[in-house]
Amino acid sequence: MSELLANDLITPDAGEIPLLSLPSVSILKAAPLTRLSLRCREATQKDAGAAFGAELPMSPLSNTTAAKRAALWMGPDEWTLLAPEEDLKTVFDGIEEKLSAHPHALVDISDRSEAIIVSGDKAAWLLNTGIFIDFSLEVFPVGTVTRTLFHKSPVMIWRIGADAFVVEAWVSFMDYVSGLLVQSATELEAA
Amino acid sequence: MLLIYCPYCQVERSEMEFACRGEAHVVRPADPSKATDEEWVEFLYMRDNTKGVAAERWRHIHGCGRFFNAVRDTVSDKFLKIYKTGEPKPDLEALAKEAGK
Amino acid sequence: MSQPFRTEKGGRIDRAEQLTFTFDGEEMQGHKGDTLASALLANGVHLVGRSFKYHRPRGILTAGSEEPNALVGVYRNGDQTPNLRATQVELYQGLEAISQNRFPSLGFDIGAVNDLLSPLFPAGFYYKTFMWPHAFWDKVYEPIIRSAAGLGKPPKNPDHDVYGNIYAHCDVLVVGSGPTGLAAALAAGETGAKVMLVDEQAEFGGSLLSEVSASIDGKDPADFVTETVAKLAAMDNVTLLPRTTAFGYFAHNFISLAERVTEHLSNPDPKLPRERLWQVRAKEVVIAAGAIERPMVFPENDRPGILLADAGRTYLNRYGVKVGHKVLVATACDSAWQAAFDLADHGVDVVAIVDLRETPPESLMSIAEARGIRVEAGCVVTGTLGRKRVKGALIGRLMTSGQVASGGQIACDALLMSGGWTPTVSLYSQSRGKVVWDSEKGAYVPGVSVQKERSAGGAKGLYGLQATLEDGYAAGEEAAKAATGKSAKVTYASATGGEAGSGGILGALPHDRNAARVKAFVDYQNDVTAKDVKLAVREGMHSIEHIKRYTTTGMATDQGRLSNMNALEIASGALQKPMTDVGLTTFRQPYTPTTFGLFAGVSRGDFFDPVRKTPSHDWVVENGGVFEDVGQWKRTWYFPKNGEDMHAAVARECKTVRESVGLFDASTLGKIEVVGPDAAEFLERMYTNPWKKLAPGRCRYGLLLNDAGFITDDGVIGRLAEDRFHVTTTTGGAPSVFATMEDYLQTEWPDLNVWITSTTEQFAVAAVQGPKAREVIAPFIEGVDLSADAFPHMSVKQATFCGVPCRLFRISFTGELGFEINVPRRHGKMMWETLAKEIEKHNGTVYGTESMHVLRAEKGYIIVGQDTDGTVTPQDAGMTWAISKNKFDFVGKRGLARPDLVADGRKQFVGLLTKDPKVKLEEGAQITTAEQPATGTPAEGHVTSSYYSPALDRTIALAIVKNGHALEGKTLYVPMPTGSIPVEVTSTVFYDKEGARINV
Repeated sequence: MSELLANDLITPDAGEIPLLSLPSVSILKAAPLTRLSLRCREATQKDAGAAFGAELPMSPLSNTTAAKRAALWMGPDEWTLLAPEEDLKTVFDGIEEKLSAHPHALVDISDRSEAIIVSGDKAAWLLNTGIFIDFSLEVFPVGTVTRTLFHKSPVMIWRIGADAFVVEAWVSFMDYVSGLLVQSATELEAA
Repeated sequence: MLLIYCPYCQVERSEMEFACRGEAHVVRPADPSKATDEEWVEFLYMRDNTKGVAAERWRHIHGCGRFFNAVRDTVSDKFLKIYKTGEPKPDLEALAKEAGK
Repeated sequence: MSQPFRTEKGGRIDRAEQLTFTFDGEEMQGHKGDTLASALLANGVHLVGRSFKYHRPRGILTAGSEEPNALVGVYRNGDQTPNLRATQVELYQGLEAISQNRFPSLGFDIGAVNDLLSPLFPAGFYYKTFMWPHAFWDKVYEPIIRSAAGLGKPPKNPDHDVYGNIYAHCDVLVVGSGPTGLAAALAAGETGAKVMLVDEQAEFGGSLLSEVSASIDGKDPADFVTETVAKLAAMDNVTLLPRTTAFGYFAHNFISLAERVTEHLSNPDPKLPRERLWQVRAKEVVIAAGAIERPMVFPENDRPGILLADAGRTYLNRYGVKVGHKVLVATACDSAWQAAFDLADHGVDVVAIVDLRETPPESLMSIAEARGIRVEAGCVVTGTLGRKRVKGALIGRLMTSGQVASGGQIACDALLMSGGWTPTVSLYSQSRGKVVWDSEKGAYVPGVSVQKERSAGGAKGLYGLQATLEDGYAAGEEAAKAATGKSAKVTYASATGGEAGSGGILGALPHDRNAARVKAFVDYQNDVTAKDVKLAVREGMHSIEHIKRYTTTGMATDQGRLSNMNALEIASGALQKPMTDVGLTTFRQPYTPTTFGLFAGVSRGDFFDPVRKTPSHDWVVENGGVFEDVGQWKRTWYFPKNGEDMHAAVARECKTVRESVGLFDASTLGKIEVVGPDAAEFLERMYTNPWKKLAPGRCRYGLLLNDAGFITDDGVIGRLAEDRFHVTTTTGGAPSVFATMEDYLQTEWPDLNVWITSTTEQFAVAAVQGPKAREVIAPFIEGVDLSADAFPHMSVKQATFCGVPCRLFRISFTGELGFEINVPRRHGKMMWETLAKEIEKHNGTVYGTESMHVLRAEKGYIIVGQDTDGTVTPQDAGMTWAISKNKFDFVGKRGLARPDLVADGRKQFVGLLTKDPKVKLEEGAQITTAEQPATGTPAEGHVTSSYYSPALDRTIALAIVKNGHALEGKTLYVPMPTGSIPVEVTSTVFYDKEGARINV
């Protein structure tokens, strides 16, 4: 997984056994992260990026990454900022300080969701069992980030490699999401 | 299932990601206290329910979360124009004509 | 060899692999590559079912998915799937099939008496025969009709199969893999476009698989298929899906496909899904669904042994099966002649070709002559003999007068018929396209495309091998170009033979029989005859839509693909209107019957809906708590101890909270963080209450209305900082409150510098309520002086719980001293377990939602959605205190001033006490002023909440009652089936009216 985007940030949770481990696709729980929701207007975006340590991506559905930082475009005035778990306070306070004079909203949502890493040849296929998005690389290149639906659960998808995706869901939805992914992968084990 | 273009995400996505929020350009009176009862009822409840070309509000609720407006032919389900919140209401008749209705 | 009707050679079956199967328990042999239908025919079995209404013996009519008669049940894992078309069931070793709609047996069916009684069952008999007496309908007529009519029996057990789902995108979707579809897929595939080729059959090739008298590029058509499929399979950009039916064409080129994954396997791997739903978004679609042959409508055209001519040819050439030893061919067009020739070439005695046309083409006549086949031109079949198998046909000669003269009988054991061809416009019609009448072709063909699709080949009425191939290539090229802008040079294959024929007939054939007594079937599956259609017209049904519904013609599982055109012509004759003026009914999804399992997919059992759990869930399970579903959430309902029932558990929990302390999981409450310089301004505009003067560290109850003035939600809102509020909502209201706030923010007040973020799942929330609440939390909380003076009721502060940062609220939904602790969710389990242990030291209790409801009802706190129903204003609810008088505007302010909302006679929120303290009212029960109201008396209101109150040791209830606030002390009645219950109207606050307990 070394060539993956933000591989210093998105890592399998060492303490967890894989949810799925097949030759063609695996599902691993991701380690906890700092997640911040940042909302601000145009005038503030540059400063916000500087304070965070990674520029805020301006193109829809895109991401920017820097060392131990990733900023994900969620909407025209909304970003999710990712950093290591232990950096919560530093990052939060750093942005608040820098933006103190500008209207903005920074909210800690670290515990709101959980992430899994779905990777392997069949990763896109597996996601397509519940998501209607075209995951071909021309349409959904590496680095694309989007919110969407997986069957009946809202999810966030971030493509971190040609065959690797981060799937985030609100915590109470994660059993449903990961459970269905594992169930849908069953047929890959068929002879 | 409709395919809808989100003007903020700049992609077409399935209708499942969106919520339709009814007729667009229904203006909430700036000073409601000055609105007559009739005007307020008009604002609250009276909708055209157009068969044909109509402007609707949509929200990309399972995407970027933004509201936007779309002109749709409610008979053919064709979208004739999609535009961001705050942009003026397009000339529906001209759009309909252009679409060959 | 036990298959008397199997040919010596030929066909695409694997003669080396013999398969054993049973039909109605009788063991038979077939081959790999057979369908159940072809295997039955190989064994000489034509009688496979009984008809829907008259229970007439029926045989296999077609070789495709349009089959109306040969519906069978197939057993698998001890359960039976009904109504499968034998023509689509692929044979496998050990297949067990049964016939349907017969009792006691297929050969002797008691229901066949309906055939003799058929004058009782004319078209529309449902509507007129069993009208009286009314009471008989439910008890007598319907059950009898239901059991006598109908098709297969539904399986008894839950479906243990798994069904898959996949979303897919492609540039070009090609539906159908006959000459047109193969050519289209190849042409599109060569451009590099992403192509999907789907066909409902097991093998690609369509009509090419039974074409033996033509050649393509000098090769057998079947070899052309093999080579083309191999080319397609070698392309990475092409997905091949056999056994896959495109059953629905929806808006914006959304097409759904049903793939039968394991249905054809003898021992499928249980890890595989039985079927898979493909939900495809295609940039362009090529509909190459071909055309299907039309039955001829002559008397007794439904006997087993009577098949469509092309089906007979398919069974012969593709499956190596002769439909009979002495075959009569009845036709009005050229194509059936080829079936006769092919049969003759296999040594079958073709007893005659009966062609309606006075002068069939000379070219065909000479071939027939060369084979020694008798030709009866200008003749029709006027009836058939035999019951469970056709034994002969009556021949009639068409006179110039239009009359028919008897032409004697011809003995046969099978009859092939062809009334011509009907393009399959189902998918085009589903795509909302309007078909147009092509008088030259005598068919409805696709008109202007309204979606990005094109019909090609037989599906648009184009026939002949060369023409359909060319049309396929062209359609594939055009579609790929339109989808991707790319094109490629494609070499067209060229065909010899397989030329388009001419001829065809619509409607019922003339005959010399007694029209009142014979049945000439138009719609086989629904037992609709030509007579029925005429009767419908005589009885006033003049629209084809009415005729369809009155007679049920075209309502079979093939949606009238076989019957519509004939029915239309008959109706047109009866109406004396041109056919094009009669109109055509619309084809709708699904194209063929589709299993419920496919639609349900993974949404069943544990995955029917997301099951949302809070961090206390595991602890609750271990400690015997009982859950209730609140939307998708599992919330703890109550905690029975030592075998308590719910009543006892709730009574104990409530009593303990009031006397000592209770712990409650409030994590599901909606939480929204409102942040920004305009946060207070925003809340001013959203909620009825004032917010600007609320000091950081303080909380206030917030009431949310819609612009009509009605209560939609409520919750406590804490001000964390000048520009930051922690808003709580009801559990069920969380998503809609969030959406409403976004709506106003984005579309009404985009200038406000404030943003909202859902934090519902960021926090786990424990409510500690009761006189001992402070003592319970004190050991774990740091950073807050918990004393009443320093941290009074309605306060909020950042603190730590066991060292974890938390938001500590002093709030109460019980009327007792209470705290709610919000910790980041990952610490929720730790917090819950810590507090659950601690309350034990104080003889406290954990409590669930039921006790929460009782405790709040004792205090008269409303629950939005239970005590309110979307028509209740704050004044109605007695909450005028929550409305700020000084605000310019808030959502609902203008609505509250509407005349109806301030008028006298509104239903208002009150308490009710039954005169008998033991009687508990029913929630939802109606309230009247009269003890014994006359029938038709409008209710004064209804009971919204009703409980046994442990604190009062009596029942209490909340209600909304007309002018209720003025009725305090008055007696009203709740009439119930067991008698009228007198109640006294009271204040809504039953316990601690002064509110002293909350402020300790």
